[in-house]
This record gives sequence, structure tokens and C-alpha cells, in this order.
Amino acid sequence: MADSKSLYQEVILDHNKRPRNYGAIEAATNKAEGHNPLCGDHLSVTLVVEDERIKAIAFQGESCAICKASASMMTAAVNGKTRVDAETLIEEFRDMAMGKLDVKGTHHLGRLTVFAGVRDLPTRVKCAILPWHTLHAALNAVPVASTESDDDPMHAPIGGA
Amino acid sequence: MSAAALKVRAAGTFDVERVRADFPILALEVEGKPLVYLDNAASSQMPQQVIDRLVRYQRTEHANIHRAVHYLSETATRAYEEARRKLQCFINAREEREVVFTSGTTESINLVMHGYGRKFIGAGDEIILTTLEHHSNIVPWQMLAEEKGAKIRVAPINDAGELLLDEYEKLFSERTRFVGVTHVSNALGSINPVRRLVEIAHARGVPVLVDGAQAAPHLKVDVQDLGCDFYAFSGHKLCGPTGIGVLYGKAALLEKMQPFKGGGDMILSVSFEKTTYNGIPQKFEAGTPPIAAAIGLGAAVDYLSAIGMEAIAAYEHDLLAHATALLGSIPGVRIIGTAQHKAAVLSFVLEGVHPHDVGTLLNQEGIAVRTGHHCAQPVMQRFRIPATSRASFAFFNTHAEVDALAAGIRAVQKVFS
Repeated sequence: MADSKSLYQEVILDHNKRPRNYGAIEAATNKAEGHNPLCGDHLSVTLVVEDERIKAIAFQGESCAICKASASMMTAAVNGKTRVDAETLIEEFRDMAMGKLDVKGTHHLGRLTVFAGVRDLPTRVKCAILPWHTLHAALNAVPVASTESDDDPMHAPIGGA
Repeated sequence: MSAAALKVRAAGTFDVERVRADFPILALEVEGKPLVYLDNAASSQMPQQVIDRLVRYQRTEHANIHRAVHYLSETATRAYEEARRKLQCFINAREEREVVFTSGTTESINLVMHGYGRKFIGAGDEIILTTLEHHSNIVPWQMLAEEKGAKIRVAPINDAGELLLDEYEKLFSERTRFVGVTHVSNALGSINPVRRLVEIAHARGVPVLVDGAQAAPHLKVDVQDLGCDFYAFSGHKLCGPTGIGVLYGKAALLEKMQPFKGGGDMILSVSFEKTTYNGIPQKFEAGTPPIAAAIGLGAAVDYLSAIGMEAIAAYEHDLLAHATALLGSIPGVRIIGTAQHKAAVLSFVLEGVHPHDVGTLLNQEGIAVRTGHHCAQPVMQRFRIPATSRASFAFFNTHAEVDALAAGIRAVQKVFS
């Protein structure tokens, strides 16, 4: 059975309490709103992308600890990365959250593997993925990302739902 | 009142341990801890008596009803119609044909929207709802309003989550054609003064539908005393199976209504030139109904009636008072919904902790609560919160389980401290 306590680790609780890159970038080149209509979580991601590289990133919104910590750690992880590397992380994170990634195998997630435990909590998978959905939408100039939208390229059945 | 209920009341105590022994699921362990099931407003649990009835039906009585002349069909038909009589008795409907079996509260309300609303509500007409409604008593009326060009008017609530009667009364106009009101708020537990709401509407000749999904499991419901025109509720919140519910409607109104679904059993005769509909309630029960579920629901109301709805309401009242006092004493806990008259629901928010995190961490302690907007987003908007955690009680919950909830909440606070 899922050990949800393993998810609420120090690092996640810390990012929830003191989120990094919290706010909005006024001169953003890319931005998107993310929304999970099932639980009311919503956040915005603003970016400055220059020469195919993320030069700055920020997020803000109202959400649970899992979503906020995921967003905070995401901004720290992708800042300075190329668009292609960011997309790779997005894909790997989603696969991890859905239990499709071998966490012990080769990937680029690093400390983001603290979220691996969410795969055992089907109802919380979307909380962890929402910031990544939103980043993907921002990078691809989709203004609104929703965990429940069929035409969202990141949309996939989660947790058997 | 039944003999068993009299015994309970005469003794002045309610033997919760004896009741718990009837519910096999309560013996489960979750995350290595005894299950504390506090999500009864979403769905209650089923006693062995109802499980046994379902098994007996499937093993020895099942066939399609109202169809064949053979033994099993007659047996199943008898059991199904007997269940209808039990439900009639449970809500004190005047006639058994006033009890329509549906798939649940949502379908009951949709049936009235299609059967009554689409026939009798037109452009410029007004429908009165309240802020307290569950989405299932909002969305069907919005669909109707959009189709017909009708208007929805919403009666507001105060900060305690109580309906403002004066404001409700002020909403009535020449164009008011229908009122939809919940008996008990699923998100807050507030009990609406339904009899008064009906009187106000009837004084203006307006029919009233009552969403009883959260009331039927907790209060003695008497539809004749309430005076309402329609009363909708679900089986699975009432210790019965899923997939079954009831629409009570006054016979005269049901007769005036158009059918909701077309098919077998709802007709008297069919030709390609003309079809004649069956009488009520069959007119609204097209196709093979959930026979086993209806019979199971009959057994569930037998079970509840044997304990006595008054005894259940009294016990749950104590439980809620204990929970309200205990959670109210924890710093950082804010109870949402403090109506003077409440039933079995305790919604709360924890300062600095999102309800979903509360829910996941309480689950770690074996405690099942619901978190989210409870399909009542207008209520959440009224209190300017995205979601709450909701503990909802049944008569099989104990004071010790309320204590476990309080301890669980303190543990959540510690994680986030």
C-alpha cells in the first residue's frame, strides 16, 4: 500500500513553505495558466525564452503542497536549460509520476525523484504533474493547460481514471 | 415506530457497537490502522442484512420483472413492488405509485427537469435555486434555462451557511415557475426549513423539488408533512446499493408530466402510428430497472427503520456536537458551516494546509474524509475557499472515531509545522 508519508518529505515540505521563483515575470516571452478543475488547483507559469534557452522562469498560484513543491522544484530544475532539455524533463517527470519510468535507470530528474511516490497515489498524480503540464503549454504557446483537456498534448489517462 | 426503535429509545442509549457489528467493511484496516470511515455523505456503507438480501435475490429470485408469467418473474416482480411499498412507507408518501425508482438523486432531478420542466417552463420563466445546492440540482436547471430561455434566480445564505428566508421570498415574481432546494447541504450540513420554503412557494402556486440526498439518511422524512411536490434521494447514501434512487412526486403532477426515457415497460401499446404510455410510476421506468438494487434498498430502509430514524438523528446529533466542539478547540481549524440546524457533516479548513494534503495524510491514519469542492462550487465561492475537508458521519461512527479524527488533524499540523 502507498506510503504517502514518504511523499511528504522534508524537501517537498520545504519547497511548499518557501517556494523558489515564486511570482510572475512581467516581460515574459511565454506564459500559460494551469488548472485542475477536479480540485481547484491553479497556477501560472511565466518564462523568458531566448535563443531556445530558458533565461528566467517563475510561477504563482493556489494549490496543495504537492503541486506547489513540484512547481517550485520544476522552476529550479529547468532554469537555464534549453527548450529541448526542458521538454525531456517534462516527459521524464510525467512518466515517473505515472509509474512508467524506471527511477533507478537513466534519466535527468535528479532530486525531482522525491516525487516518485506519487505514482502510488492516483488521486494526487495530477497535483504533481500540473506545473509540468503548464510549463509544456507555455513553451508551446498554449495559453491554458488543464488536466482535464483532451486536446492538451500532455493529457493522458492518469491512475486509471 | 418499530419495536426495535422503541427499545432503543426506551433504553435511552444507542448501542453503536451492536450496530457496527452489522457492517463487515468497518472491520477493515487501512494503512495498518483500523478504518475510520467518515465519508458517508459521499456514500455510506452496507450492513450484512442488505448484503444478504442481495445475495438471496440473485441466488433464488432473479428474473426480469413485469414481463413473464413464470415463477421467477412473478417472484422478482413481487419483491420489486414490495420494495416500492417499503420506500413509500419510509418517506410516508400517500400512494405507492408516487414512488419512482431511478438510478439516484441526479437522475431523479433530471427526470423532473425533462418531464416537468421541459413541458411547463418556457421563455422568460424563472426557477429559484439556493446557493447551497449540489451541482446536480443546478446543472439540469441551467440546461433547461438555456434551452428555453428561462432564468435562474439564486437564494443566498449567511456566513453560517443558513438560507436567508427573506431573500428567498423576495425572489418570487409573476414569472416564478419552479423551486429547487436541498433539504440538507452536502458541503455544510445546514438543514433547510423545507416546510416553510414550500409554504412560501405554494402560496404563489409554485411547485417545489427537494433534493433529499443528504437528508434521507439522517432525518425522518415525511413528504406529506413537508408538503413538497418532488423529493429526490439515493440508495447508496442510505446503506443501500449504488445505481438505485427514488423520485417521489405527487401523483397529480407525475401524471401531467411527459416521460423522460422511452422504451419497454413504460408503454401500454406501441405501433408505428401511435404509442400509449403506461400509468405512473411505470411511465418513468423505461427498460429493465435495477431490480436487485431496488430490492436491496428496500432491505436498507427496513434496517434503518428497525433502528429508527429518530434514534439515528439523535445519536448523530451528539456525534456532531462532539466533533464540532473537539475540532473547534484545535487552533488553526476553521469550521465551514455553522448553521444552527445541521446534520452529520463537518466541513473544515486547516490554516496553511491544502485540503488535499489533509486528505492524503489522514488516509495514512486510516481515516477516510472527502476533500475538494464537494460538487458545490457556489458554496465554496460564497466562503471564498477553493475546497474543504469534510468529515461526514453515520450512525455507525463512534465518539472514539471523532477523537481519532482530531488526533489525525493534529498529526497533519505537525507535518506542516
